[in-house]
Amino acid sequence: MRGPFDFALRLGDDALIAAQRLAEWSTRAPEMEEDIALANIALDQLGAARLLLTYAGELEGAGRDEDALAYLRDDREFRNCLLVELPNGDFAVTMAKLLFLSAYQLPLYTALSGCADERLAAIGAKARKESAYHLDHASLWVRRLGDGTAESHRRMQAAVDEIWPYSHEVFTPDPAAPVDPATLRADFDATVTGVLDEATLTLPRNAWVPSGGREGVHTEHLSYLLAEMQVLHRAHPGAKW
Amino acid sequence: MTEQSPLWEVFVRARRGLSHTHVGSLHAPDAELALRNARDLYTRRQEGVSIWVVPASAITASSPDEKDAFFDPAADKVYRHPTFYEVPDGVAHL
Repeated sequence: MRGPFDFALRLGDDALIAAQRLAEWSTRAPEMEEDIALANIALDQLGAARLLLTYAGELEGAGRDEDALAYLRDDREFRNCLLVELPNGDFAVTMAKLLFLSAYQLPLYTALSGCADERLAAIGAKARKESAYHLDHASLWVRRLGDGTAESHRRMQAAVDEIWPYSHEVFTPDPAAPVDPATLRADFDATVTGVLDEATLTLPRNAWVPSGGREGVHTEHLSYLLAEMQVLHRAHPGAKW
Repeated sequence: MTEQSPLWEVFVRARRGLSHTHVGSLHAPDAELALRNARDLYTRRQEGVSIWVVPASAITASSPDEKDAFFDPAADKVYRHPTFYEVPDGVAHL
């Protein structure tokens, strides 16, 4: 399925799965301060996911609300990119994921805030400020770890090498979309190259480009994530706090 | 991060016109991160519009042992309070 529904769903699923992954750091981050920072970022992503999925449900017109879309779809129906569903790994992997995600989301939401669709424009205007902070947070850690000790440099470089192939999927051209993802690539490249240069890290050569998330063909990690995220709602339909 | 990062004291200005007030402390490896951590820990409910972070080690504090010498001498000097002036009639805001 294409069109506005699919576009809103992709963005909403990216944010939702990113939120769920980041929330896994709660009580496990290296320091209490970082624990709260990651939880804050997760909540920002969840906030964007709720707005986008609610809007996607309205566009679809089949009576599905944000909960129905988040909790009652199986992995093949999710349209998030593979990047966000990858396991957190160590702290360096999490920061590499957050760097690539926020370096994409910031120009995306900025472009959305000026698009013709008023609802998407409002969501973009709200989310871009949050994305700017996520990018700031990730850049700060990537610089410190990359340009830190020999061990932190080694692990940060390994994380960049591991995650980089997954960063390309989100830029697959879609000229009919409110914002064509392909137009965001230059901005993303400039941001990431700048941060990695400062961090004394090198960008891997572009070779393997895994994809499939946008078509619902995911890694094996997503269904486990969904099982944990959806179990309560599926066991107790309509459960509320 | 096996070793604990240094301690920082955090001061937040609640809004323009007020002064920065001490709100607590946190751990961070450097000043830039201390500022970010302070933003996440102390202003997530719109508590402020400006943040200062200061290395706790840079603060010279009075010692509880010196309390008598420091503060007691002021106790019997009531004339330091501006309470001995006649307030002129018609002064509304003093």
